[in-house]
Amino acid sequence: MSVLLDVKNLTTQFNTEAGIVKAVNDVSFQLNEQEIIGLVGESGCGKSVSQLSVMQLISAPGKITNGEVNFEGRNLLDYESNSDEMRAIRGGKIAMIFQEPMTSLNPTLTIGRQLTEMLELHLNMTKEAARERAVELLKQVGISGAESRLDDYPHNFSGGMRQRVMIAIGLSCNPRILIADEPTTALDVTTQAQLLELMKDMVSKYNASLVIVTHNLGVVARYAHRIYIMYAGNIVESGTTEEIFANPQHPYTKGLLKCIPRLDEEKGRKLVPIEGLPPNLINMKSSCAFAPRCSERLERCLTEAAPPLRDIGNGHYVGCFEK
Amino acid sequence: MAAYIIRRLISGFIILALVTLFVFFVMRLLPGDPLIIFMGRSVSSGNMSMEQLENMRAEYGLDKPIMVQYLNWIKGIFHGDLGTSIHYHEKVGRLMLERFPITLHLDIFSLFIGTFLGVMLGIAAAIRRGTWVDTLATGFANIGITIPVFWLGVVLMYTLGLKLRLLPIAGYTSPFDDFWMSTRQAIMPVICLSITSMAVIARQMRSSMLEVIKQDYVRTAWSKGLKERVIIFRHVLKNSLIPIVTLLGLAIGIVVGGSVLVETVFAIPGVGRLLVDSIFAQDYVVIQSSILIIATIIIVVNLLVDISYGWLDPRIRYS
Ligand SMILES: Nc1ncnc2c1ncn2[C@@H]1O[C@H](COP(=O)(O)OP(=O)(O)OP(=O)(O)O)[C@@H](O)[C@H]1O
Ligand SMILES: [Mg+2]
Repeated sequence: MSVLLDVKNLTTQFNTEAGIVKAVNDVSFQLNEQEIIGLVGESGCGKSVSQLSVMQLISAPGKITNGEVNFEGRNLLDYESNSDEMRAIRGGKIAMIFQEPMTSLNPTLTIGRQLTEMLELHLNMTKEAARERAVELLKQVGISGAESRLDDYPHNFSGGMRQRVMIAIGLSCNPRILIADEPTTALDVTTQAQLLELMKDMVSKYNASLVIVTHNLGVVARYAHRIYIMYAGNIVESGTTEEIFANPQHPYTKGLLKCIPRLDEEKGRKLVPIEGLPPNLINMKSSCAFAPRCSERLERCLTEAAPPLRDIGNGHYVGCFEK
Repeated sequence: MAAYIIRRLISGFIILALVTLFVFFVMRLLPGDPLIIFMGRSVSSGNMSMEQLENMRAEYGLDKPIMVQYLNWIKGIFHGDLGTSIHYHEKVGRLMLERFPITLHLDIFSLFIGTFLGVMLGIAAAIRRGTWVDTLATGFANIGITIPVFWLGVVLMYTLGLKLRLLPIAGYTSPFDDFWMSTRQAIMPVICLSITSMAVIARQMRSSMLEVIKQDYVRTAWSKGLKERVIIFRHVLKNSLIPIVTLLGLAIGIVVGGSVLVETVFAIPGVGRLLVDSIFAQDYVVIQSSILIIATIIIVVNLLVDISYGWLDPRIRYS
């Protein structure tokens, strides 16, 4: 498998009045051809910001201060965020689906227009060709009566349907990568499962790779080949899905696993939430950000910086002291 | 939709009925007598006897009980007769026909310019937020809101007209008679008439665009790789215009109200000026009818504005 997207030492900060928010801190991750990865962490840990940085969709006061985003032999961060090259990547090569299905579509444009504008832009299609393709795409994501629904507005669609439309939009220009930022968080469980299944089928149909961003390890368990665990702007552990579930190393990962229900578990296990709250990312200390909540904390954790990711074999990496 | 329009028309009708009642009776409550004022003016040319006065009173139907006068007026309206001016000795309908096109010309022009420039200024301020463009546009809008139109008119007249001699000082020419002259004469009045609504619209446009730019669907538009221009005009503009439409109704009120001042300052023989002259002359009939016509226009335009909402915002259903 060859590497499609190679993100190295990505650092994104927000210069706010209260101080510098280190939303993404020296984050590296890789995505292979036709692979599905999961990016998991609690709310506010920098998942969205890291993905928006890849697309260069960070606006002031945010700034990407360091790192590389290598894609098809180029470092995307060399491009200006509004350059023609970067715009060709956005939507054309890397597409993104967002958290909020209810507000992510423009209420004053028809679904058809929101699909065709992209086809006309990236694939230079004529209006008629784009319309035909749009119908086909809507059919593929399971919207019945696609032809007639093209002229409907988003408010005529339910949340799940809108997210299907978003998937259609995302994949419309055959991108290499689809980034789904908590695509199902706002939806009910049945719809969630259907959408994840649909996304998996669609990316394999289009030979694309998929990044699933979520705060729920359970969501990615079935679909992701590999998982990155993120905490307070850092990747703290990564590995294949089997490794992460069978052999979690970082206390944070263990904590996350303890709070999801599992089918294969012994009866009577209690679901325990991780105690405490994630730290405020403003003006953070250099010591391990998870230490204050950590159940396996050592003396040094409170004073020393967390160690860099350490290879423990089987493609499994962890950023915690060896015990 | 049809049902909605019919309902709106009915309620508009009720409002107009209330307007007629209000202007009619409030005018009569004011002290003074139009005939005596009229007589006072003609005193120099000769003396009018008490008898003549009473004859005139009968001629204009002013000797009848007030309720009857009201009903006669209303009856006249339904027959297309707005009454006869005491001051001008002319049918109000004819007076209006002469003067109305003038006010319409300037007001429509001002409304169009005020809205267009207001929207443009708001867009510029919003997309260049925090830069000198924003500072300039916002400052200009704040001045526009607070500046007294009357004062602005006089200052413009003095500077552009009298001192620099760039524009004709006052007056009005129909564009069909002399287009160039007409346009030059219209410039200062149109500036005065449009500046307030332009400022109000610019401020609203700025804040509504800044609000829309933050929306999730705009982020989606960016993620599609669209050009900034396309994002602004296709995705942001229409959504930001929705609150502006509400302001249009208000802007019409501002412009029509401003006509009274501006036509007086620039000696323009429009309805606004007619209204002012008639108030000084206590010419009941003209005042009543002018106000009724102005009210009708405002009601109709507001209906059109509400209907245009549906075009901007597909979520709106008229029921
Ligand atoms: N525009 C901004 N200005 C200041 N801080 C910001 C801004 N956008 C994001 N942040 C900060 O960056 C951090 C990471 O935010 P991000 O949206 O990436 O979190 P997330 O992991 O996606 O969380 P969630 O699960 O809630 O979506 C947060 O602490 C947030 O406060
Ligand atoms: Mg997020």
